[in-house]
Amino acid sequence: MVQERVMEKLAILADAAKYDVSCSSGQSKRENKNKGLGDSTGYGICHAYTEDGRCVSLLKILLTNHCIFDCAYCVSRKSNDVKRAAFTVQEVVDLTIGFYRRNYIEGLFLSSGIFDNPDYTMERLVRIAKKLRLEENFNGYIHLKAIPGASDGLLKQAGMYADRLSVNVEMPTEQSLKLLAPDKNHIDVIKPMEYLKNEITEYKEEKKRNYKIPLFAPAGQSTQMVIGATKENDLEILGMANYFYEKMNMRRVYYSGYVPISHDNRLPAIGTPVPMIRENRLYQADWLIRFYGFNVNEIVGFDQPNLDLDIDPKLGWALRNLDQFPVDINTADLELIKRIPGIGFLSAKKIVAARQFKKLQPYDLQKLGIAYSRAKYFLAFASPFRLQQDFTSIQIKNHILNLQKSKYKNDFSNQLVLF
Amino acid sequence: MTQVIYDGTYEGWLTAVFEIYEYKLNDIVLAQNEALNTMLFADIHTVTTDISKAERVENGLRKRLTVLGFQSVFGAFQSEINKIDEVLFRFVKHVLSSDVNVEGDLGNDDVLAVKKAFHFTTRESHRMKAFIRFKLTKDNLYYAIIEPDCDVLPLIEQHFKKRYADQRWLIYDAKRKYGIYYDLENTSVVALQFDSGVSLSKSSAEFFDEDEGFFQDLWRCYFSSVNIASRKNTKLHLQHMPKRYWKHLTEKRPDLNDFK
Repeated sequence: MVQERVMEKLAILADAAKYDVSCSSGQSKRENKNKGLGDSTGYGICHAYTEDGRCVSLLKILLTNHCIFDCAYCVSRKSNDVKRAAFTVQEVVDLTIGFYRRNYIEGLFLSSGIFDNPDYTMERLVRIAKKLRLEENFNGYIHLKAIPGASDGLLKQAGMYADRLSVNVEMPTEQSLKLLAPDKNHIDVIKPMEYLKNEITEYKEEKKRNYKIPLFAPAGQSTQMVIGATKENDLEILGMANYFYEKMNMRRVYYSGYVPISHDNRLPAIGTPVPMIRENRLYQADWLIRFYGFNVNEIVGFDQPNLDLDIDPKLGWALRNLDQFPVDINTADLELIKRIPGIGFLSAKKIVAARQFKKLQPYDLQKLGIAYSRAKYFLAFASPFRLQQDFTSIQIKNHILNLQKSKYKNDFSNQLVLF
Repeated sequence: MTQVIYDGTYEGWLTAVFEIYEYKLNDIVLAQNEALNTMLFADIHTVTTDISKAERVENGLRKRLTVLGFQSVFGAFQSEINKIDEVLFRFVKHVLSSDVNVEGDLGNDDVLAVKKAFHFTTRESHRMKAFIRFKLTKDNLYYAIIEPDCDVLPLIEQHFKKRYADQRWLIYDAKRKYGIYYDLENTSVVALQFDSGVSLSKSSAEFFDEDEGFFQDLWRCYFSSVNIASRKNTKLHLQHMPKRYWKHLTEKRPDLNDFK
């Protein structure tokens, strides 16, 4: 390797890839056979965390940041004046193996700007994955970007070598995509998703009958939406996410708070703060839908299309539905306990296990590690413990807000501060 | 009151548990290797580690616990939390005296403490799977130094053996002065005199593979390139990567370069 040049390319192409937030390296079992390199057991490992607190589990790079498209929100857009670079196939393979052997990473996340045409780009991505699997006997994690517009044959090959494939929808609605990415077509994004969904389901079914069938994207597919670049509300965003989960069998939908990178007047100006709280609230809502049995309509609706910024969506739901409380944790169903603010998924399970041995009291709950100061407004205990008096939802909200300190407090307001 | 002295190993502790029952010792205090001098007037019972006695205790536990519950006893022991051996003894007593599986009895202080200690060890062994940074030497050995709070090497050995089946590696716990070495076939425990100067001295260019320094620089370059400055969040960064681990993390040691 010509060392200096490779270092420069890595700096450029890692920097250009960092706005893709997917970092998952789990959900794929790929066993090390015949003394190869690497072994994936199904759970991910975050090998490092950057100073912004995000995890680094994969070598996340673009093959190239040359691109024929001019999407306004993208740092690699054609009209942007940035340094361009491109890795060779061998360079990506060497970097991946060198990093993996030193235990820096779980594998490779390879994306690319679109040079020439979609098939040409996709073919290169596939070639790298193939080389890693077949020549290097590599069993680590590979996440490939499915390039919109690439042929089904190439997508199929990609699925044979990669653990996860993703197509980023980027804009939550078709109108926004049209506005900001005139070269891109909504249908070009949806089509490969649909194709992959069908293939993944088919292989999975086949695998049940014949275990020798090779893996096909065992970690499924994911997508990403940019938040705050356009004017969609949370109802539209979560509605779209729900569509992906239900209709496309997505494993994950990622939300990426828009980091202003352009003077384009269709977009928030440079210097506008990244909508980090909103992004966080969307992830919380996403978790409620996937793991806590909430329906999207319980979290956002036409009467309140945006999530509260100052309180989390679970607390928000509880305050709007005080008639469902108080809950007696000594008798209630697991599903109902999971809905109590301050009690998480694991705590709920602990409670259900522990209550078989004795009647749980507030003191026991505190020891189990639940956020009791938050949960107590929603709990009922038999005497001699007094019931919480009837607070109104506004009173409860204020009590809880007074307890918490957030460095983002100033950002809670939905209003844009202009100057 | 009786002081039960064992050798500090897990098998030694299991033997101690067996003998406490065997000799019907009451009101016990556990001590490792030597008697606690704060307890001048206690009886002393010295345990000699006996694998067959240890196995009998293990079999008893296996019968009464789930697989995970059984593993949690060893895991909690490896946490090296102060007095965890006594907590574990009380836990075992609780397990052996109940007709039902008591793992879920989290209202019981000892059951909860064992669960927490196990969690403590598991979290750190997961962190070590993440934070180990191998360096390649001239004789093709990937080696790493760690200094974890818990004695995690036995818990991460299989992970590395499976993952790096085609490379020789050595992970050395500098705090406990032993390491695990994999020779492409088997792993073995090694205790070696490590000249800690080697990794720091200027002569290390002779010690490492010629590309080693380049890869370390590439990794540092990658680590800083993927950061988004406008999202800086130091609290979260430190929460995930506590400072006590930085010493052996290539990306957090720009001052150290084993190559130049």
